Amino acid sequence: MTERSAYTEFRPKWYRARVSTYWWLSQWSYTKFILRELSSVFVGYFIVITLLQVRALTLGASSYAELQLWLGNPLVILLNTVGFLFLLLHTITWFNLTPRAIVLRLGGKRVPDILIIAPNYVAWVVISGVLAWVIVGS
Amino acid sequence: MTDTIVLEVTRYRPEQETEPTVQEYEVPITPDWVILDALNYIKDDVDGSLSYRWSCRMGICGSCGMMVNGKPKLTCATFLADYAPGPVRIEPLKNFPIIRDLTIEMSDFMTKLKDVKPWIIREDEKPIEEGEYLQTPAELDTYKQFSMCINCMLCYSACPVYGLDDAFAGPAVIALAQRYNMDSRDQGASERLGILSEHEGIWACTFVGECTKVCPKHVDPAGAIQQYKVTATTEWFKSLLMPRGSK
Repeated sequence: MTERSAYTEFRPKWYRARVSTYWWLSQWSYTKFILRELSSVFVGYFIVITLLQVRALTLGASSYAELQLWLGNPLVILLNTVGFLFLLLHTITWFNLTPRAIVLRLGGKRVPDILIIAPNYVAWVVISGVLAWVIVGS
Repeated sequence: MTDTIVLEVTRYRPEQETEPTVQEYEVPITPDWVILDALNYIKDDVDGSLSYRWSCRMGICGSCGMMVNGKPKLTCATFLADYAPGPVRIEPLKNFPIIRDLTIEMSDFMTKLKDVKPWIIREDEKPIEEGEYLQTPAELDTYKQFSMCINCMLCYSACPVYGLDDAFAGPAVIALAQRYNMDSRDQGASERLGILSEHEGIWACTFVGECTKVCPKHVDPAGAIQQYKVTATTEWFKSLLMPRGSK
């Protein structure tokens, strides 16, 4: 952008309201947005948990058992449950927003939103199924 | 239904007040009156000192945007009867400085709009004898939605990112830039890329999505911004892979 607009010299004393720190509580759509942003923290949290699991596996059975014990703590279970709900919120809201960013045209017509959203869910189910099969089936 | 309704109108008279106050006006409810009609009634018959912008009364000029019960609305397209029994709170558009009463200062928006060059840019103009630049209906369809913007700035009022940091280019400016980028007759996308790709351009947008919800013309500025993020990322990858590639 070029230099900031210098409000016209002819202006009288204009008044500018300050945005409240709690602006995101002023309407539900803003609160939902903040919750969606907050969900990223839990995405990071689960990545750390996964890395800890991999690390414990490489260190041996006793390390893994120790981690399992920690994961069985009621507070950790509560945290993971809340985190899981945030992960679902994160995944579903972003999947549903994909048609806004990706516009495909076939034969001059815009591809319906559902055809942009659906592959995300299909990939989610398939990849989750494969991982479940690898972990549980083996 | 009552036959009158109270409007709680923001007043700000900089020569008398240091901050806005609220003044109540009782106006008749008529089924076909919009909020703007009620304001015009006040201006004509009750208090001529009330200041606000308006022009066309038909949702085209984009002048009469205000906050109605906390939501950005075109007052010429918002029926008074829908707010009965009231009261109805009428405020100037949020996130802008107030000049007087319901009138906001819009220079920031106008400056940013000019910066993104919202007009058709040609690398080489063909002679007039060769005729106009033709376009198919499918080519028109790609940008038509974004061309419906009337610069009413309701999207800026709904955008918390702009409210928190007015360095952000903002929804309408980016949507209008995208309108020209996607026009098959335009060759100026690379000229707009630099400005739009700045941090205060598309990347400041966190996709709250309220700009699209309040748009009276269904422009979907939030969609325009996300689509441009994809374009800018693609261009960045291209420049990385083919640094000498043609721009």
